[in-house]
Amino acid sequence: MVARGFDDPGLVAGLVEKIASLDFKRAKLMEVCGTHTVSLAKHGIRSLLPKGVTIVSGPGCPVCVTSNSDLSLAFQAARSSGVTLVTFGDMMRVPVNGMSLQGLRAEGADIRVVYSPTDALSIPNDKEVVFFGVGFETTSPGVAALLRIAEQRGIGNLSIISCFKLIPPALRSLLEGGEVRVNGLILPGHVSTIIGVRPYRFIVDEFHVPCVIAGFEPVDLLTAIYVLLKMLRDGRADLVNAYTRSVTPDGNQEAGRLLREYFEPTEAEWRGIGSIPYSGLALREAHSHLDARLKLGLEPMSVPDAPGCRCAEVIRGSLLPTGCPLFSTKCTPESPLGPCMVTSEGTCAAYYNYG
Amino acid sequence: MRPTTTTGDTLDKINLEHGAGGKLSHDLLRSVFSSRYGNEYLERAADKAIIKLTGRRLAFTTDAFVMSPRNVPGCSLGALSVFGTVNDLLTCGARPLYLSSSFVIEEGFPISELEEIARDMASAARRCDVKIVTGDTKVVERGKADGVFIVTSGIGEVLSKANVSGSNAAAGDSVIVTGSVGRHGIAVMLARGEFGVTAEVESDCRPLSSSLLPVLRKYGPFVHTLRDPTRGGLATTLNEIAMESGASINIDEGKVPIEPTVRAACDLLGLDPFYLACEGVMVLVVRSQAESSVVRELRRRGAPKSIAIGSVKRSPKGRVSMTTSVGGKRYLGMLRGVSLPRIC
Repeated sequence: MVARGFDDPGLVAGLVEKIASLDFKRAKLMEVCGTHTVSLAKHGIRSLLPKGVTIVSGPGCPVCVTSNSDLSLAFQAARSSGVTLVTFGDMMRVPVNGMSLQGLRAEGADIRVVYSPTDALSIPNDKEVVFFGVGFETTSPGVAALLRIAEQRGIGNLSIISCFKLIPPALRSLLEGGEVRVNGLILPGHVSTIIGVRPYRFIVDEFHVPCVIAGFEPVDLLTAIYVLLKMLRDGRADLVNAYTRSVTPDGNQEAGRLLREYFEPTEAEWRGIGSIPYSGLALREAHSHLDARLKLGLEPMSVPDAPGCRCAEVIRGSLLPTGCPLFSTKCTPESPLGPCMVTSEGTCAAYYNYG
Repeated sequence: MRPTTTTGDTLDKINLEHGAGGKLSHDLLRSVFSSRYGNEYLERAADKAIIKLTGRRLAFTTDAFVMSPRNVPGCSLGALSVFGTVNDLLTCGARPLYLSSSFVIEEGFPISELEEIARDMASAARRCDVKIVTGDTKVVERGKADGVFIVTSGIGEVLSKANVSGSNAAAGDSVIVTGSVGRHGIAVMLARGEFGVTAEVESDCRPLSSSLLPVLRKYGPFVHTLRDPTRGGLATTLNEIAMESGASINIDEGKVPIEPTVRAACDLLGLDPFYLACEGVMVLVVRSQAESSVVRELRRRGAPKSIAIGSVKRSPKGRVSMTTSVGGKRYLGMLRGVSLPRIC
């Protein structure tokens, strides 16, 4: 969003100085949002931090966490005759076993790219229109709205492949796994605008990891970093909402209602993390006529990652992109081998583009 | 006068016969184009021109123009096809003189719109003091082209004091831009109306002759590089200069002029203004001692937003780095793929 003043050089300099004055030798913070990944890189925020303070990117990029088995569903739908597959543009280039939706389209599959879910309604079509639903709590309410409109208008040829994911269960899984020891979490501003503050409570109560919900401008991010380091210095672990101009304790309740009306939590497969209980969204029984899996008989298939691809570790935040031997050699934004290099919000692409 | 068929009917749509090379083709040329571009060269023959030269350095350039939609705020396809080639000639340090214009027209294209394009081109040519001295039209079947494609080529005379090239940029030089970046790219994207975003952004599409020619005449030997950051935007142009010169460029993000509306549209759509096309901005690399004089001259000559945004350094070779507006450091890479709005 447009928020001038949140990149004010004077404010930034003050925060940088305050962070430096904490004199931290070592701290590892994690953000879990593609927009944070890009903003940190784009503004060169890391170069303003003390040497020992690192920020890693966790599973916050919707394209990156979409598993090969999720993608296999979209591939099957695209290959079915009489189907128009509708997807967000970033998914087009994700390679699975040497093929991608872009490749399928070149072979003649009817695949359309939309910018907003409801754009699917304006595709004039007598075929089955299948929306490939990926993303977090930020995208799923828009798709629920699409489904509601389709039902209200009595549109019979629209269905979705629901691969939506939920952020809090993924954080739980990461923290329980213990592989990635983070000292603090920068929580996603957009997702939190939808779900509010409460769903993160368990992180401080059960894992005692300080958390700050942050916006996307330099001042937002540096404030979050300062507050996290300050809590660490003081030996506290609180949940702080530093993005109050958008995030309320209960979130966007209308979006929440819409989500609950159409979806229920289900086990979901995350690239890099594996299967996590209640971390995905499945269509409720009452709306199963909108489920493309049932309508078209789609079956998820397990497909191995490209040999040598270490996106999984990058997504868990246990490996920096520069630590992957394929990074910028065999895997570049022009010919990506893994999803983290495909989308501009992917950690590898951000490291590649902004150095 | 509209072209007529062999039976004398006036036509208001392009048909395949217009491209067949017969009378209808000639009528089309005369009625739509020659009458507007009107000069002695065109009167002799439409598809060639003989221009006298002796011992002079010439710049020769060509460019194809497609734009969808064909009119966006501040820019029409016709004007762009003249200004684009004029600006290309300027990047050679040349005074633009003669242009050609070739049209690939889709069957069914309204002749009234063709006339509008020709009118725009004629007035653009007058504004730049260039003559459109030759041209061609081809008509393709319906569905084989998106309305109309225009190719213009241009010849200019390199000014005696000018010697510009990407490889001339050298450590210590200053980098100057002549206006705010990203306007054309945003104007086109918003005009397509795909994103449900409305904002008052006008394309920067314009010729830079009146700003650059005086600078070249006065400070020619100090100007090392001239580039127009069209496709790929400022970031890509700076990378090209860095690679061609083997030097490094460092720019100060906070100094690069970006209009608030462009910035707001970019924020909303997840676009980076450094990668958006400009059609009325030039990047100059000049000897540092001439920096303030060149900036002053540019500002006086119709480019009031001209400003020095950075400098050329020795290393890291071939790369562009940026001090962000909040004081951070990062690289500024080439455009990768297509500049598309963020998805989620």
